[in-house]
Amino acid sequence: MNLSRREFLRILGFAGAAGLLPGIASATGSSSDLYDFGRFGDIRLMHITDTHAQLMPIYYREPSMNLGLGQAFGRPPHLVTDAFLKYYGIAPGTPLAHAFTAINYTDAAQRFGKVGGFAHLKTLVDRMRGDFGADKTLLLDGGDTWQGSGTAFWNRGMDMVEACNLLGVDVMTGHWEFTYLEEEVLKNLAAFKGDFVAQNIKVKEEALFSGAKAFDENTGHAFRPYVVKTLGSHRVAVIGQAFPYTPIANPARFIPDWTFGINASDMQELVDSVRAKEKPDAVVLISHNGMDVDIKLAEVVSGIDVIFGGHTHDGVPQPFLVKNAKGRTLVTNAGSNGKFLGVIDLKLGEGGIREFQYRLLPVFSNELPVHQGMQALIDKIRAPYLQKLQEPLATAGSLLYRRGNFDGPFDQLICDALRQRNDAQISLSPGFRWGTTILPGQTITMEHVLDQTCMTYPETYVRDMTGQQIKDILEDVADNLFNLDPFYQQGGDMVRTGGLSYRIDPTATMGKRIDNMRLENGKPVEASKNYRVAGWATVGAKSPGEPVWDTVAAYLKDKKVVEVTKLHTPELKNIGSNPGIDRS
Amino acid sequence: MGITRRDFCKSVAGSAASVAVLAFMPGNLLASWSEKAFAASKLDDAIAAKFGSLPVQDSTAIQIKAPEIAENGAFVPVSVSTTIPGVTNISIFTPANFSPMIASFDVLPRMIPDVSLRMRMAKTDNLVVIVQAGGKLYRATREVKVTIGGCGG
Repeated sequence: MNLSRREFLRILGFAGAAGLLPGIASATGSSSDLYDFGRFGDIRLMHITDTHAQLMPIYYREPSMNLGLGQAFGRPPHLVTDAFLKYYGIAPGTPLAHAFTAINYTDAAQRFGKVGGFAHLKTLVDRMRGDFGADKTLLLDGGDTWQGSGTAFWNRGMDMVEACNLLGVDVMTGHWEFTYLEEEVLKNLAAFKGDFVAQNIKVKEEALFSGAKAFDENTGHAFRPYVVKTLGSHRVAVIGQAFPYTPIANPARFIPDWTFGINASDMQELVDSVRAKEKPDAVVLISHNGMDVDIKLAEVVSGIDVIFGGHTHDGVPQPFLVKNAKGRTLVTNAGSNGKFLGVIDLKLGEGGIREFQYRLLPVFSNELPVHQGMQALIDKIRAPYLQKLQEPLATAGSLLYRRGNFDGPFDQLICDALRQRNDAQISLSPGFRWGTTILPGQTITMEHVLDQTCMTYPETYVRDMTGQQIKDILEDVADNLFNLDPFYQQGGDMVRTGGLSYRIDPTATMGKRIDNMRLENGKPVEASKNYRVAGWATVGAKSPGEPVWDTVAAYLKDKKVVEVTKLHTPELKNIGSNPGIDRS
Repeated sequence: MGITRRDFCKSVAGSAASVAVLAFMPGNLLASWSEKAFAASKLDDAIAAKFGSLPVQDSTAIQIKAPEIAENGAFVPVSVSTTIPGVTNISIFTPANFSPMIASFDVLPRMIPDVSLRMRMAKTDNLVVIVQAGGKLYRATREVKVTIGGCGG
């Protein structure tokens, strides 16, 4: 049952009365609504990231497990549920508590309704612009915009370029954008009306030698590294940082000419030269590093005022303040799937930012009317595919979602489907963080399956692997997730397993985290023995099987009602009480 | 008007031929320098064979540019530069390699101590850089991870 608008406002008021942390700008005025808070300072920067091509309103459940280790223990974003609310002083039972945590998810989702949708987001962006004075605002997009839906896949991302042009994105950077072919990326960017920036994508020297195009042949930058925007009487430099490990985490074969990396020393040189040459009032970074990497980057690089972060899909209500050699940097992360709009108002002066007010606004679809123009564009984009998207496959007997360090119910469905359809003992599915949530009782449509699986390398495989090879994969992915140095992490979550249980000590070092691997029947996995393994999304070479969405759709049609009541979480060792786990 | 990077690369390509000539030099000529260091199978032995028993100290004045995680282990780009004055040699080692000394650059007084190379790495390892200056050795270390490719999200 949905809430009436009056009841929604009343609950918001309750949150305001309960009070947020001192010094945190309240996103919930007691007498007005969530989106009504006037203006502050000189300029307003807005930020979306990782929308994963979700043009329509969706449900998206935040994690109940997001472990932080070492310096990241208990530090944002590694807080979940009650620990999260306590840290940020958000009252339980409120719309904000629902937006940021997984507490009583199904009930709360039914009360507060869907989130996101570009037609609702457009209304909110326009309102934020109008309230402030459009010429003093900027809309930044952190990337992962062109992938994640059937329509984006079928249009090779061009539909999202059109939607972003209408939304009014001024500057963007990217990650999954680079899972299309090089020429498609360039064609889409030519149609994009904003600026695409990335200081850490370079054209490989041998590609330059054979005539590949670069933004700057002398520096090797494939794209403009930064852009300076004039907002009223102020000038802001916006630097871009694309996902540093794109050709490792995703297929390099689609983008053979380009090389990526964190390139922290290049970043420092660039920040210094931008400050010297352009003399901007503020320097900001739109980053697809992921939050832990951004925090370390802010420690080792001085001179960036704000990092608008993405990739790790963390909905972080307030910036994390990092002190560095020459000052401080605010690090934000703005969630995913169109669920949030980050809004920062900055008061500028000598030496950069003097004061700020930040809000990560949940986009509650029921509270924001659709923007007619955007809705018309979305309808046009969806029309040719509507029948396929709306094809009913099964009914959700329980809550289905993906996000979590080790498993999510929808991943379990994918793993079960892979094993059953390929007659495999074991299945593996990547620990992506995109994919929407389905409430119990909802019809699972082809659109839902595509939300979880749609990409340019969806092919499945089934092949023999030794127990040792399987362990090596688990160890490799675990190190990407739990390496104590964030610069060696790739983001994402642990690879999901079907038919295989294991024990993990996240605090151990590379190669020593995983043991006690067992098949479904309880037999230990032997290092030298062969096992039949099914999977999808191979990064190296293209796999021979059908796209995984066909595998999952066939499995669902067969099942009719699917219920996942128990997660296949591995046995955890040496974790103790970590505010990144809710064991309830 | 500056020459474009591509034209520059093309014009430099001609000089690659002169590098190849080295391969045809008599073996005994090459053998006179660093053979023992290149052949050593342990890091400490390689450093001792190259530099003798000079003391080594860690330095933050050596900048190693290398990927934290290699995009392609067969082709890892590495650059080393330093602001230490009076540099005479920059050598690069990977301890896990069967012969840890990978490259050794003699730096002459008018050269800028800034070198680049591409190297092959079969697995995750440290890069150990030793810089020789004024009869002293300076060290910096950087890990390069080689992965089997992953599942980023």
